Amino acid sequence: MLVAHGETSRLLGMSSISRDDVARLAQLARIDLAEPELDRLAGQLTAIVDAVAQVSQVATRDVPATSHPLPLTNVFRADVVHPPLGQQAALAAAPAAEDGRFRVPQIMGEEP
Amino acid sequence: MSGLIGRTAVELAQALANREVSSREATQAHLDRIAAVDGSVHAFLHVDAEGALAAADAVDARRAAGEQLPTLAGVPVAVKDVLVTQGLPTTAGSRILQGWVPPYDATVVRKLRAAGLPILGKTNMDEFAMGSSTEHSAYGPTHNPWDLDRIPGGSGGGSAAALASYQAPLSIGSDTGGSIRQPAAVTGTVGVKPTYGGVSRYGVIALASSLDQVGPCARTVLDTALLHEVIGGHDPADSTSLAEPMPDIVGAARLGATGDLTGVRIGVVRELSGEGYQDGVRTRFEESLDLLRASGAEIVEVSCPNFPYALAAYYLILPSEASSNLARFDAMRYGLRVDDGAGTVERVMGATRAVGFGDEVKRRIILGTYALSAGYYDAYYGSAQKVRTLIQRDFDAAFTQVDVLVSPTAPTTAFRLGEKLDDPLAMYLNDVATIPANLAGVPGMSLPAGLAEDGLPVGFQILAPARADDRLYLVGAALETALESRWGGPLLSRVPNLTEVAR
Repeated sequence: MLVAHGETSRLLGMSSISRDDVARLAQLARIDLAEPELDRLAGQLTAIVDAVAQVSQVATRDVPATSHPLPLTNVFRADVVHPPLGQQAALAAAPAAEDGRFRVPQIMGEEP
Repeated sequence: MSGLIGRTAVELAQALANREVSSREATQAHLDRIAAVDGSVHAFLHVDAEGALAAADAVDARRAAGEQLPTLAGVPVAVKDVLVTQGLPTTAGSRILQGWVPPYDATVVRKLRAAGLPILGKTNMDEFAMGSSTEHSAYGPTHNPWDLDRIPGGSGGGSAAALASYQAPLSIGSDTGGSIRQPAAVTGTVGVKPTYGGVSRYGVIALASSLDQVGPCARTVLDTALLHEVIGGHDPADSTSLAEPMPDIVGAARLGATGDLTGVRIGVVRELSGEGYQDGVRTRFEESLDLLRASGAEIVEVSCPNFPYALAAYYLILPSEASSNLARFDAMRYGLRVDDGAGTVERVMGATRAVGFGDEVKRRIILGTYALSAGYYDAYYGSAQKVRTLIQRDFDAAFTQVDVLVSPTAPTTAFRLGEKLDDPLAMYLNDVATIPANLAGVPGMSLPAGLAEDGLPVGFQILAPARADDRLYLVGAALETALESRWGGPLLSRVPNLTEVAR
């Protein structure tokens, strides 16, 4: 059962997620959030993080981490040339294209 | 259900092979059914009548020419909109991919086409497979054919509802935390999450790469096995694809259907029962255990002490991986772009993703970004990965004692649309019994166990060790045989008739 473990998060010094935290995270994730969204998400994320923090109860130092469900070794494909996606097919769904290339907005801001 | 749409895939395949029915007739019958009932179910985001009929005609021509065809050739199939289809729109239920037509086929889609299965269309899903109800689809929810006011499960609610409303005999799903099994449970259908790596993910829009697995959905265990056989196997285009041959799953399903489970050891997971599980779910589960016992199986209780932490670990690992995977939706090469003309790439991305992503996707991306950020990584993502080790150890220990593990698939029957939409934590609890399998990469099946006191379907979950998918089919087919003999027919024969709209 998933239960809130407020005590655990307090012990670990995990504080609630503030509105400013959400704004900073949204900027990192490249998602513009409106004011009401920031407030709503701050409340919801605090509740979720408080609940999922219980993982630290059993994740003791002697337990190794697992990143992948089954052991895998590196995989190489045969070194054979395959026809790539054609230029036209690659550009067909582009929001904007020009001269056989993707047309994108400017990367850097204007000099002040 | 009578007529062609009421037949199982096996029955249709037999009729096709005997030339009693053409693939065009079988495909047209399902297209007619879609036109008649999908207005109220909304299982499909896109229907490809023209493409499906062309594929059907091609199969009919090859059969007429005396060609030996694969078993399911000519039997139509529906495909979850998370698999890319060349020439057919693919959205993953998201606004950000509205109208996108991929330039290539997923390996699973290519295999379906090569085996001669006409693709009826693309099925509805929670946006980027994030959800347990399809309510997070940008294109509106799918409705449960058992009660149109209720959820069909998620994220693959469209693929499950299409089966339960006889719009397709077979469908493809994907399961990251239960998205095949939980929809199967609440719609009275069958769904299998194969062993991680058992089915290629090339061309599957990624949610959480260490958890995602594509799998088969159908109305019977044997149909599910036949579809599994078509889509499974090694794919050099997917580096996580298992290289070894698949076990004989169709043989296991046929063997299981004889109803003899003598010598099979079945473990009931103590931690996946009790509090939070609806009375009717528990009653049907216990009855199924009695039937398995009567079939000769030995039933014991097994403890998996770390399973109670699986949900928490999952909701750290999944958002973390999703926040990284969904970074590809950058408004540059394909998909939506919101651009007022004055912005930099960064501003265009922010504006596009604000409009293109729905609430749940934003919530999980932000959560994942938080869990991966400096200072929190060890406490959250790092700890979750340790829990993953503990869950795997629980499975390893359990499978030294028993051949398969069982539990209810979901704690409750289908809830009402809108009921949990504003409470993300309550929504996440639907996956409590299905998530451990994804964390450990082991295969799982859900099949119908009957109706609860509220008249809605209950799912029975079977879990097997990695690479032993055949055990799911052995035990699942035996239970299905025992249940149907008690019911006097399949559970779906009791699904309410949907009003067909005049055409």
